[in-house]
Amino acid sequence: MRGLGLSLLRGVVVVAGVVTLTFLLLHVAPGDPIRYYLGPTASAEQIAGVKEALGLGRSLSVQYVDWLGRALRGDFGTSITTGRPAFRMLMEAWPATLLLVGLSTVLGHLIGLAIGTWQALTRRTVVDAGLTIGTVALYAMPSYWLGLVLTLVFSFQLRWLPAFGARGLDADFLSPSMQWVDRLSHLALPLLTLTLIGIGAVARYARGSLRDLRSAPFLVVARSKGLGPVRVTVRHHLRNGLTPVLTMLGLSLPALFSGAVFVEAIFAWPGVGLVLVQAVKARDYPVVMAATTISAMLVVIANLFTEWMLRRIDPRIGASRA
Amino acid sequence: MRRALLFVAVALFIALVGLALARPWIAPADVPAIDIVSTRFLPPLTIDGYGVVHIFGTDRLGRDVWGRLLDGARVSLVVGALATIVAVTIGTLVGAVAGIATGPVSAALLALTDFVLALPRVVLLLLLAALWQPSATLVIVVLGLTGWMPIARLVYTETIAQLGRPYTEAARALGGRRRWILRRHVIPHALTPVVAASALGFGNAVTLEAGLSFLGLGVQPPAASWGTLIASGRDTVVNAPWVGVVPGVALALVVTLSVLLGDALTDRKVA
Repeated sequence: MRGLGLSLLRGVVVVAGVVTLTFLLLHVAPGDPIRYYLGPTASAEQIAGVKEALGLGRSLSVQYVDWLGRALRGDFGTSITTGRPAFRMLMEAWPATLLLVGLSTVLGHLIGLAIGTWQALTRRTVVDAGLTIGTVALYAMPSYWLGLVLTLVFSFQLRWLPAFGARGLDADFLSPSMQWVDRLSHLALPLLTLTLIGIGAVARYARGSLRDLRSAPFLVVARSKGLGPVRVTVRHHLRNGLTPVLTMLGLSLPALFSGAVFVEAIFAWPGVGLVLVQAVKARDYPVVMAATTISAMLVVIANLFTEWMLRRIDPRIGASRA
Repeated sequence: MRRALLFVAVALFIALVGLALARPWIAPADVPAIDIVSTRFLPPLTIDGYGVVHIFGTDRLGRDVWGRLLDGARVSLVVGALATIVAVTIGTLVGAVAGIATGPVSAALLALTDFVLALPRVVLLLLLAALWQPSATLVIVVLGLTGWMPIARLVYTETIAQLGRPYTEAARALGGRRRWILRRHVIPHALTPVVAASALGFGNAVTLEAGLSFLGLGVQPPAASWGTLIASGRDTVVNAPWVGVVPGVALALVVTLSVLLGDALTDRKVA
């Protein structure tokens, strides 16, 4: 448990670091937010007034402590474009992101692991080579482009699935069961995009990790004990080959959330990424700050979760650090 | 097999750069602006009224997609390459210093590496794009500043490993200074894995640059980057899918090449 406490501490440091970094960047960046906020016709008194009201005349250290304190309380200020509290906008958005990233990660890992395992175990080099080309290609496709192509096929050519949003315009008038269908059909394309790319990365990594173990002594022992191939693969081979895959998952979590930003933006999926992209385009600083912090927190939490899973699979990890 | 793979990947890379450089001679120049109407949205492999062949068709302003693709290749590849150079330079410095220094300096550098590694990169990119005016230079700097960590880790492990080898010990015994040992013995040995990692990093940088430009936060139109090309293809995806599909295929191809190059250079022991 001590190792997990340490990870928790590290997560807190990361989030605190992100809050500090955003504060510093905001102050280093060129341009005057007040002038931007008030527009070109603002008089000198107006500027001074807003500067006073926002407390921007105080020393940097005082402002930092104030910023930190308010960030801790979840107060990131009011959105310039919507006039709503920035933090509340993010609070409404993060479940959608977590749903999308979580589901695609699970699906991508299950399918990717299956493909990678098959590649590692098969003796037919043609199958292996074909799947390698397929997974590399999936991995190489940029999410925003794959999303575009899938939209072209499934929304415009086949007309099966909606191209954007989280629910249809008529969702309020549908029966409860049809509302579910509506939700799922809207989820389908963003989920498919992220999952496909995830499959590529996981399968490649799993294949390498499992191949390295193929002639490991413990597998020879397990086979010579007379265990069946399924049992050897699942209990011995996969369990040991899974550790690097999960470690990789922890390391690639920031990238997963990053990929979600693009996918949310093209499918107008109402998550943190979409809020962030819209805020960046509108130069809505409070929302950008809040979104950055929330994204860092999501990554940290997801990272803790993978670490916890790793300990369940491989008890040595907890033991070596304690 | 590995040598063949390496050869093919390098040859394709060179071919790609060659095509981008030869753009004025191998793709039609833009049509006169007056005649947008008759040359817009031509499907691939058509000949327009002026007898010009459009291999990949034209976009909504009648521009040749093949030509735009090569224009974009110039921007995307240069931005990716420069960003990778920035990342490799910082990464090598941080990793090597962390490896050879002792105590707090080393610990601080490693902590910094872990910290930046834990940040969602795209979120940071978007934050910076919001605060500064989007431009190719900003993209290079930011991609470089957020992409050095894998290299730093690699160089660090390699440095530690090399410092334990007899020949670095001999170099130390001969009175060699740390900086000299680092330059002469450690970094040359770390070169192959670093090149492999930077090939992967290059692929990532090109994708991210295109992503930022796709969102309108990177290279600004009318300058062509593969990202801006995909974005313009997005608007016409129903009438003229080729406009967006072609640059995406090119992008996927470059990333595939970078993965293959990285794989071929990584000395993976196959059991």
